[in-house]
Amino acid sequence: MSAQEYAFLVLAFVGCVSAVRLVTTKNVVHGALYLVLTLLAVGGVYLILGAEFIAWVQILIYVGAIVILFLFGLMLTKAPIGRDTLDNQQRLVAALVGFGVFAGLAFLIQGAFEWADAPDIALVHTDTGAIGSSLFSSYVLPFEAISFLLLAALIGAVVLARKDEPR
Amino acid sequence: MIRLPMILFFSAFLFSCGVYGVLARRNAVMVLMSIELMLNAVNVNLVGFGAALHDITGQVFALFIVAVAAAEVGIGLAIVILLFRSRGSINVDEVNLLKW
Repeated sequence: MSAQEYAFLVLAFVGCVSAVRLVTTKNVVHGALYLVLTLLAVGGVYLILGAEFIAWVQILIYVGAIVILFLFGLMLTKAPIGRDTLDNQQRLVAALVGFGVFAGLAFLIQGAFEWADAPDIALVHTDTGAIGSSLFSSYVLPFEAISFLLLAALIGAVVLARKDEPR
Repeated sequence: MIRLPMILFFSAFLFSCGVYGVLARRNAVMVLMSIELMLNAVNVNLVGFGAALHDITGQVFALFIVAVAAAEVGIGLAIVILLFRSRGSINVDEVNLLKW
């Protein structure tokens, strides 16, 4: 086993444990902090895969912006504590469905790749400039669409969260 | 050497955790966090396949998904705050205004 593989296994373990804790914790603020841990582990996996630009984007946007938004959302709504107020009654069915999804995906992955001749992932450095030129040559139309989507989402969020004028 | 199926298994586990969270949680903010988990699992898949096939397109689409996730969280939290303001609760099973 190489150092790369050890690092991946440790990060995947941390990510899986904190993902499980995220969906089972009794305290919403702890949930947000477990989300940070999961996102950091996923960012580390991106680094191991050689996608350093995506890794920093993950840490900047997810950990820096989205989790802060979540914490503001928790702050502005009353955040209840306790299993019965956080979870609904279908916990067992949900666990069955989640396990079924994992079993189905694992079956498909196992069937799609033989372990012996599965593609190796060597640690290669991806050029961030290559992402930029690909983004602005082949995928310029989706890029414009996504910028329009972000603008519409910003305006929509402002309009939705604004206090109504008293009539 | 990391094999591609290891990354796919990691991503599948994150995705099924997200599915469980969306189905089992009552708090709307927790449901949104579980959705983020599922989007992240998809991103891991894209970057993993991109690294295995030596193709940059996986990372480009991972960037698109990050942007969509940011938009989704902004709108989602605005709706949650509006809901809390008008009904005093953000439990998703108590919101039945559109149910007949």
